[in-house]
Amino acid sequence: MGDPGVNIERQAQVRARLAALLPAESILFEREDTRPYECDGLSAYRQQPMLVVLPANEDEVRAVLVACHDMRVPVVPRGAGTGLSGGALPMGDGVLLSLARMKKILSLDPAARMARVQPGVRNLAISEAAAPYGLYYAPDPSSQIACTIGGNVAENSGGVHCLKYGLTVHNVARVRGLTIAGEVVEFGSEALDAAGYDLLALMIGSEGMLAVVTEVSVRLVPKPETARCIMASFDDVERAGDAVAGIIAAGIIPAGLEMMDQAATRAVEAFAHAGYDLEAKALLLCEADGNPEEVAGEIARMSEVLQRQGATAIRVSRSEAERLLFWAGRKAAFPAVGRISPDYYCMDGTIPRKRLGEMLRFIAAMEAKYGLRCPNVFHAGDGNLHPLILFDANVPDELHRTEQFAAEVLEKCIALGGTITGEHGVGIEKINQMCVQFSASELALMRGVKAAFDPDGLLNPAKNIPTLHRCAEHGGMHVRAGRLAHPELPRF
Amino acid sequence: MLSPLVDAVRAAAAGGGDGKARALRIAGGGSKDFYGRPTAGEPLDVRGYAGIVAYEPTELVVTARCGTPLAELEATLAASGQMLAFEPPHFGGPPDLQPPHSGGPPGPQPPYSGATATVGGMVAAGLGGPRRQAAGALRDFVLGVTILDGRGEVLSFGGQVMKNVAGYDVSRLMAGSLGTLGIILEVSLKTLPCPVMEETLQFEMPEDKAIATLNRWAGQPLPVTASAWCAGELHVRLSGAPVAVSAARERMGGVRIDADAAQRFWLSIREQSAVFFGAEDALVRPLWRLSVPSTTPAAALDRIEGARLIEWGGALRWAASGTDAATIRDVAAKAGGHATLFRAEAGLRERIGVFQPLAPAALAIHRQLKAAFDPHGIFNPGRMYAEF
Ligand SMILES: Cc1cc2nc3c(=O)[nH]c(=O)nc-3n(C[C@H](O)[C@H](O)[C@H](O)COP(=O)(O)OP(=O)(O)OC[C@H]3O[C@@H](n4cnc5c(N)ncnc54)[C@H](O)[C@@H]3O)c2cc1C
Ligand SMILES: Cc1cc2nc3c(=O)[nH]c(=O)nc-3n(C[C@H](O)[C@H](O)[C@H](O)COP(=O)(O)OP(=O)(O)OC[C@H]3O[C@@H](n4cnc5c(N)ncnc54)[C@H](O)[C@@H]3O)c2cc1C
Repeated sequence: MGDPGVNIERQAQVRARLAALLPAESILFEREDTRPYECDGLSAYRQQPMLVVLPANEDEVRAVLVACHDMRVPVVPRGAGTGLSGGALPMGDGVLLSLARMKKILSLDPAARMARVQPGVRNLAISEAAAPYGLYYAPDPSSQIACTIGGNVAENSGGVHCLKYGLTVHNVARVRGLTIAGEVVEFGSEALDAAGYDLLALMIGSEGMLAVVTEVSVRLVPKPETARCIMASFDDVERAGDAVAGIIAAGIIPAGLEMMDQAATRAVEAFAHAGYDLEAKALLLCEADGNPEEVAGEIARMSEVLQRQGATAIRVSRSEAERLLFWAGRKAAFPAVGRISPDYYCMDGTIPRKRLGEMLRFIAAMEAKYGLRCPNVFHAGDGNLHPLILFDANVPDELHRTEQFAAEVLEKCIALGGTITGEHGVGIEKINQMCVQFSASELALMRGVKAAFDPDGLLNPAKNIPTLHRCAEHGGMHVRAGRLAHPELPRF
Repeated sequence: MLSPLVDAVRAAAAGGGDGKARALRIAGGGSKDFYGRPTAGEPLDVRGYAGIVAYEPTELVVTARCGTPLAELEATLAASGQMLAFEPPHFGGPPDLQPPHSGGPPGPQPPYSGATATVGGMVAAGLGGPRRQAAGALRDFVLGVTILDGRGEVLSFGGQVMKNVAGYDVSRLMAGSLGTLGIILEVSLKTLPCPVMEETLQFEMPEDKAIATLNRWAGQPLPVTASAWCAGELHVRLSGAPVAVSAARERMGGVRIDADAAQRFWLSIREQSAVFFGAEDALVRPLWRLSVPSTTPAAALDRIEGARLIEWGGALRWAASGTDAATIRDVAAKAGGHATLFRAEAGLRERIGVFQPLAPAALAIHRQLKAAFDPHGIFNPGRMYAEF
């Protein structure tokens, strides 16, 4: 009632229009009903939506979009709300469009290894449905029990196995979507490519800003016959980083290659009892999959490399249960850290693997500078880091210091030749750092891309791509890899 | 090195005395002239901007400028035991770029006659070879690009890291855009280690059985990395650890091919020098590329006369056929895919277009994107679709 940000008259007007299109229970407007939608996984940012709409099928989605487009009401799509960058943060003058009700698996063709699903289907539900055929959907974000395929498409989500099996963009064949004007567009196809520009690639990772996903065809892959995992201990974090490069240099692409520092393993062990070596400064998890002999061979080769690189202990999973236990710890890293600190802030930069040591030293310096602890988990094989800054939002200034800490780390990622986000997206959270990573002309081109789909800027506006005005306010200087891009060219 | 290109693009965008922008035809090695619609415009040779900028095998990334010969890039990777896993075709081409002759672009070049293909042309064409079925397409390996847009501005997207979701994925959009969005100046590609071992098996089987068999194998954890069926003969390549390859061979059966012959065979598929592709014949009998779901039955293509060759586990069907374009495109669309007039004489490509026509909503988006990248419409106009 009368909350700042929501105009009651406008709300009534839009609600009346939508009420003619959808059943009453599909439209939420009372504060207590819309409250669960005020934030996504990045709970530091909250906003009451004007309305929440829960369509049950594509026709209803279209009707809502056409009406909103006509009334110039912004629309923010939402899946499960597990996003970590505020991509699904509502707008006070906008409709929050939840796709969570559209959760049917429409077809699953084991011969073609293809599942056609609605956007609200949970990531894990796809692999569960495919399991009887010896197939699964490869990208496995740690949030896979909850997150939706629509959200995965919007964020190009990854998992602990994506070094070998790829990200969402490598495993989705086709997306069907609706533009804000309500027009159906097919992106990609169930063949291996499609005519014209690769709009599917553009759609994946577009954070719900180009079109609303209403159907997805995902590729299923055969489950490897067997998998085993090595847990290697190191007494030095940088040495563990070098070991990662050593494995790749040996011509091995492990099925998973993850790293945790000591602060992270201690937090996780207390929660998941995975049997981690708590004395190690860093742990590496390296998985091999394939036929049993092949796996045995690869485990032997990886163990040799790890030993040569100075591992202080090596354990190999002896059973499927033990392998899953090794991973359970890693996959529970965020909730585990959530237990040792009132709040935590998860970062998501990616850097060239060889700069890992440098980055860790930098983070240690930032811990001292801001007086905050920061355990680290990494998708080491991909150079994707998740430093987790621990803070308490009730302590004055801690959130502020956390944000400054995070901004410095992100800008360091850019300086090291990396990026501010590997898989969680820009959303609202990293929008200022976009001004640092990209030049004004690059951002202008991205706004051109947005306008090609949504000329009026109504679909999830204010996310991902900052305006020039915003960049001017942030005052960030566009510097890439420690140097101005193309110094040989005149600046304008 | 870069400034002449920037100057050329800015001059073309500014236009001549009449203030009208001038079209440019971005020219790499000229090896893929046969592909796409003929395009008018002044040739802009981009081969001078060349060289491998960075390569670190342990990072699995290589960065190269557009004019770098593809052969040079592949040789550099091979020296470190790595490869471009999508096996891009080179396709032959004249060694030197000459001024266009009057009667339209030349017909198909004799396949693989020279090492002229460039890295920029490879990305712009976006094509992949036999290993694409297992490893992924060229676009799956693009990590970042630097482009020169139609305003003459140098822009970078993506980077040299494996995972990057900052902003829209403009880098992958460049793959297969046939130079219509901008000049690709530099590209970063993910590399992979070469397989430890490869083996090729040969089977005799009719088309339908081959399609069913390939799909059945693809649903099992078998290291199949290439497949080609033609005239009752199926070739399948296995790659990986020796134990995995031999276990798969035992399960699958077939006759093992001698290693040299196998290598020549896959090269003839990748470079389309196999008899089936007969470059000369393409002038008489157009070569169509049908990209369809891998399980599409042979009978679904019955309305297309002429010989067929199947690749990519059933997902790629080549047809040397005189059947009319409308029928071929309809067959492909009904199967859930699309058809490309891959090789044909220029007049035909001009007349009926090369790529499957786009739905109106998609076409509108294409035109808007083209305008965002190339507002004056100077880059390879009409090369992909007559409309832009
Ligand atoms: C504990 C935890 C662990 C995580 N682990 C990982 C991980 O390992 N890897 C990883 O990549 N991410 C991870 N995440 C982040 C998050 O789970 C992913 O980004 C996920 O893809 C979000 O899906 P969602 O359905 O929750 O989307 P939401 O959070 O609801 O939305 C995310 C974005 O997608 C858009 N969107 C949602 N549905 C649609 C649609 N149908 N059409 C168009 N746009 C849409 C929204 O507008 C928003 O911009 C984790 C999050 C948590 C909380
Ligand atoms: C001897 C000879 C005679 C010719 N005669 C004619 C003629 O009469 N009429 C005619 O129309 N053409 C003619 N051409 C072709 C023309 O000059 C160009 O070679 C051609 O249009 C451009 O690409 P490509 O095939 O050389 O590039 P390829 O290297 O084969 O590349 C394929 C595609 O990629 C694009 N491309 C290449 N590099 C880049 C890059 N860095 N960034 C973005 N896109 C890129 C190309 O424009 C093309 O679309 C002739 C070429 C030769 C060599």
